[in-house]
Amino acid sequence: MNIKVSETATEQLVIAPELKLKKQPSILRIKNLNVFAGNHHILKNINLEIPKNRITVLLGPSGCGKTTLLKSMNKLTDLYKELKVSGQIYIEKDDILNTNKNIPNIRQKMGLLSQKPYPLPVSIYKNVAYGIKLKGVRDKKLIDYNVEKKLKEVGLWDEVKDRLHLSPESLSIGQQQRLCLARGLAVKPHFILADEPTSALDPVSSKIIENLFRELKKHYTIILVTHVLRQAQRLADNVVFMNYGEIIEQGNPEKVFKYPRSSQMKEYMVEGN
Amino acid sequence: MNRRKKIEETIFRIITGFASYSLIAILGFIILIIFIKGFNALSLEMVFTPPRGGFYYGGEGGVLNAIVGSLYIAFGATLIAILLGMPAALYLNVHLVCYKRTQNMIRYLLDALWGIPSIVYGAFGFTLMLFLGMTASLLAGIITVALLITPIVIRTFDDVLSTIPKGLHEASLALGSTRTEMAFKVMLKQGFPGFTTAVLLAFGRGIGDAASVLFTAGYTDLIPTNLDEPAATLPLAVFFQLGSPIPEVRERAYASAAILTIIVLIVSLTARYFSKKYSRSNLQ
Repeated sequence: MNIKVSETATEQLVIAPELKLKKQPSILRIKNLNVFAGNHHILKNINLEIPKNRITVLLGPSGCGKTTLLKSMNKLTDLYKELKVSGQIYIEKDDILNTNKNIPNIRQKMGLLSQKPYPLPVSIYKNVAYGIKLKGVRDKKLIDYNVEKKLKEVGLWDEVKDRLHLSPESLSIGQQQRLCLARGLAVKPHFILADEPTSALDPVSSKIIENLFRELKKHYTIILVTHVLRQAQRLADNVVFMNYGEIIEQGNPEKVFKYPRSSQMKEYMVEGN
Repeated sequence: MNRRKKIEETIFRIITGFASYSLIAILGFIILIIFIKGFNALSLEMVFTPPRGGFYYGGEGGVLNAIVGSLYIAFGATLIAILLGMPAALYLNVHLVCYKRTQNMIRYLLDALWGIPSIVYGAFGFTLMLFLGMTASLLAGIITVALLITPIVIRTFDDVLSTIPKGLHEASLALGSTRTEMAFKVMLKQGFPGFTTAVLLAFGRGIGDAASVLFTAGYTDLIPTNLDEPAATLPLAVFFQLGSPIPEVRERAYASAAILTIIVLIVSLTARYFSKKYSRSNLQ
């Protein structure tokens, strides 16, 4: 009975500021994605459309398959032979899941930001330059220019400009995470796949990353995995709630958070708040 | 903390401490004995001249032939072992990373190879040498020792590479690196400090092993100038001289052992110095 009421309420919803964002065409479409690890069905028939230049939040408890979903999108699932992946993932018209052509190019379209920062074992400068060089840039001046530009893009330039040639180990975890983001942006991705990027960070650093995402979505499509309800509420333009490998609810955050339809989502919201 | 726990703590500390310090004491004791027994024979002549006539009856000369021979063999074999071992370890950790079964089987086989006594390698090297129509020579010695230490190099490199977090693999692949770029630009750099220890271990085993060079490198008083000439080695110099009834010659055996120890120490310290200089935390 309750459920019915909320569904009608949805239609009468006063349009929130977030809703005023122009509806964007979807840039990434996932069709019938299934992932098995042996007999364990990790992802069950996932169908999903990701809007361009928006933050899509994959929300759900740990172990619900969010990270596996993210890893299917840049074919990192290939690294785990025990995973059997089927279905289609389209970027524009290309099915990236069922191709073995030019995997590095596909991965470059999908910038990855992992839970913990993994800087490369070279200097701060070379970390960003590594990404730029992967795009075939060899001119030293152009590399210098781009390193500065990318570090500025993540707001790290002023903090590191005097120690570009030191090891990233001299940076705080939050700064390292932004360095990894800059390195990822250097390969000119279309997407940013962020896998709980703030879970290892202190609140201040987390806030910096969150603010960055709000800026970056102007140029990139962001897919953020998180189990933190409040973060999802702060950032999401589009929310996908998952549990036990299934998409339970998805859509506009105003709708999903205010009027959750499923009992699982309701429960998660009660626990999360 | 109650009394019982205090006693437990003390006992635990004593046992672990005793184990550590007694090992250090044994090491110190070995070095001390070698140096005391060989002290009289240790001289510049011992290090810088090859044996002269009557050397093995207490005559003049030194063990330069064995020092040079041992260094040639150990460096040559280590080089071959690295050239074979590095790609093999990378293959295990880059291409086989998602084939755990194959990976573990290869590791198991390498561990078995590591455990084979060096005299077996010696015998195998000897057969191989005859098969190839070679005689006891520097080259045969290098090949045999390389066979002996390659499994050590692969497994220790492998240990270093396998501790590199999977997140770093994923991070570099996600940037669009190929596996080759990941291997050379990320993994080798990340593992560098660990490789030094691996190489040292192999070098130490290579320079100190007597059984593998016994049949294959031969023994000569001359300093080898070519790969097909036989070469003397320090472990065999120790072995031959220690069996002598003449006290002066036995003293020289200890002096040779001391020289061998010093060489290993020098190589180890140099390698550690360079490893620190170029390690991750000290980038330039």
